[in-house]
Amino acid sequence: MYLLLIVYPLVMGAWALAVPSNRRRPWLLPLGGLANLAITWWAVARAGASGLVSAPDAWLWLDPLGKLVLGLLAVLFAICSLYAPGYLSLRSDRPNRLFCANLFVMQAMMASVVLAHHLGLMWVAMEATTLASAPLLYFNSNARSLEAVWKYLLIGSVGIALALLGSFFLAYASLKSGLPPTLDFDRLLSQAPRLSFPWLRAAFVLLLIGYGTKMGLAPMHTWKPDAYGEAPGLVGALLAGGVTSCAFLAILRIHQIQVASTGAHMAHDMMILMGLFSMAVAAVFMAGQRDFKRMLAYSSIEHMGILILGIGIGGGAADGALLHMINNALTKGALFLSAGNIHRAFGSKLTDSVHGAIRRTPLSGGLFLAGFLAIAGSPPFGPFVSEFTILNAALAGGRYVTGGLFLLLMAAVFISMGATVLAVVQGKPPVDDGPGRFHDSVATGLPIVLFMALVLLLGLSIPAPLETLLREAARSLEARQ
Amino acid sequence: MAEILDPILITALALNFVALGVSRVKGAVNAVALQGILLGTLPLLVHPEIHPRGIVLVVVTIALKGYVLPWFLLHAMREANIRHEVNPVVGYKSSLFLGAVGTGLAIVYSSTLPLASEHAGMLFVPASLATVWTGFLLLTTRREAIMQVLGYLVLENGLFVFGVLLLEAMPFLVEAGVLLDLFTAVFVMGIIIHQIGREFSSISTEHLSELKE
Repeated sequence: MYLLLIVYPLVMGAWALAVPSNRRRPWLLPLGGLANLAITWWAVARAGASGLVSAPDAWLWLDPLGKLVLGLLAVLFAICSLYAPGYLSLRSDRPNRLFCANLFVMQAMMASVVLAHHLGLMWVAMEATTLASAPLLYFNSNARSLEAVWKYLLIGSVGIALALLGSFFLAYASLKSGLPPTLDFDRLLSQAPRLSFPWLRAAFVLLLIGYGTKMGLAPMHTWKPDAYGEAPGLVGALLAGGVTSCAFLAILRIHQIQVASTGAHMAHDMMILMGLFSMAVAAVFMAGQRDFKRMLAYSSIEHMGILILGIGIGGGAADGALLHMINNALTKGALFLSAGNIHRAFGSKLTDSVHGAIRRTPLSGGLFLAGFLAIAGSPPFGPFVSEFTILNAALAGGRYVTGGLFLLLMAAVFISMGATVLAVVQGKPPVDDGPGRFHDSVATGLPIVLFMALVLLLGLSIPAPLETLLREAARSLEARQ
Repeated sequence: MAEILDPILITALALNFVALGVSRVKGAVNAVALQGILLGTLPLLVHPEIHPRGIVLVVVTIALKGYVLPWFLLHAMREANIRHEVNPVVGYKSSLFLGAVGTGLAIVYSSTLPLASEHAGMLFVPASLATVWTGFLLLTTRREAIMQVLGYLVLENGLFVFGVLLLEAMPFLVEAGVLLDLFTAVFVMGIIIHQIGREFSSISTEHLSELKE
């Protein structure tokens, strides 16, 4: 049954390859995105109703954490797919056959990462998301995107190779303890207390570095500004909201095993350190950032840091991190799509020549500003709630230094990012050079409005079904502590 | 069994140094191909009672790493019409030295990891870690895009050595998936190398330096 979640996007991808018309092909995306959302809805609801439990040796199943991430991926993909036809009609000079097909393949592979309960299979799917997204990054086919895609592929592949070595170490940890070697997640989880500790410790470090590279945690983040800076906004939204959430899920799974064994302390300290370091790197490189798409990449590094920090602190902060994963993904969707529109409208993504976005493209400019306020943690938007939860838990747990640094870095990022965002939004736009320029339209505006509406909704009140999903997911993280 | 395994692993380690020290790209490609073939036979030697599906995987692995991928890389090199000399960031002597230090550290570190009794005294873990290290060195100290891809392949060979100890944990589907990913990765990288060659008339990644702060 769960196979449908993977097979359906693949079929749509094949269909996209087969459609000959460059003009009509992009319309498959909203069709596929919405149907995929419906299938996901059905799968998540059904898994909840039957109270699905772990079936040993089942490689694909939907657990509470999986439900949360899968739902997020489906919403993100659906809204991005609504944006695609409008965007691709503006870029009708470029062939979009591979672009459309690979978007579907990427969605299928992300769903596989979430469903996989075999760490080897999860690894294969994660590497496949990297490979499927490479042609998406190269959509503009110029020297800059070539450089970005090369770094993305090489750093991503090396990082993920370390994750495979870490997975092997994990399997060896079970072999060393006299158990049959396995990469089956649920078996590893149930055997965790008996796993050989030196191997487990080395495995955790490798897996954190490996999947941390895919997440874009500092200091393995170097590919991110280049990749997000050169990718079309639509692809940036899917990478920053989708692929990173998948990599976060992979780390959560490893974390579950680590917690279920013995030495959770080492893991927690390492995650806190890495989280704060990512936030610090983001704050430094955002200061004086002239390229607003690269700025969004650093913002993504910052928020990946916040996620891993929340898990490192644990308890209520872990609940906050799960909520923040959703808030971050949806807000990044709004930011990347509006940044893409502004980029189109000005033909540049540097603050040297982009001013007054709110005048030339009132909708995109306004939403870009709102997205910035949301991601920086201003009420009444969703990220405020999740960031506040993490901070609260840090302070309540007596981690004053961590909490203080968290606040300080948030403030630093707010100031640096604010300077760049205001430079883009305010002021007088340069002289309009001709009628061919991009203007806001329903096709390219509505998806961003949807993203921001969800972000606002999550800030005001969390819908009951999501609340249940979050509670179940949080419980599965803590279950064996 | 160890009497056949150790010479194979030691040869694979020696090939790491060939890849680090050789001055022509083609020589490095051949060294990595030979390493792939040698290591590809390991599953048969470690698990003589291997399943027929396992034998298929062994054959595909050897064909892929020993012939298909090297051919593809050399083809991409010829198409891009590039220089055949390696132009390393870190000189050959220093690379070899770093390789030797890394191999030494790999041996020391592996001795701290407890081995299962059936693997005691085997060279698998140090050979794996040293090969992973060599892959890293190639990736970071070589400017040619092809040499970086070779670094990735050497890295993967290192992982493969470790994976041989864990065949039971890797179902057919997963191993086939890993191979498919490897093939696709090198294929995509080859296409990009082709594009880099077209864009810059050279495949040195020195040209890929526009994106920075």
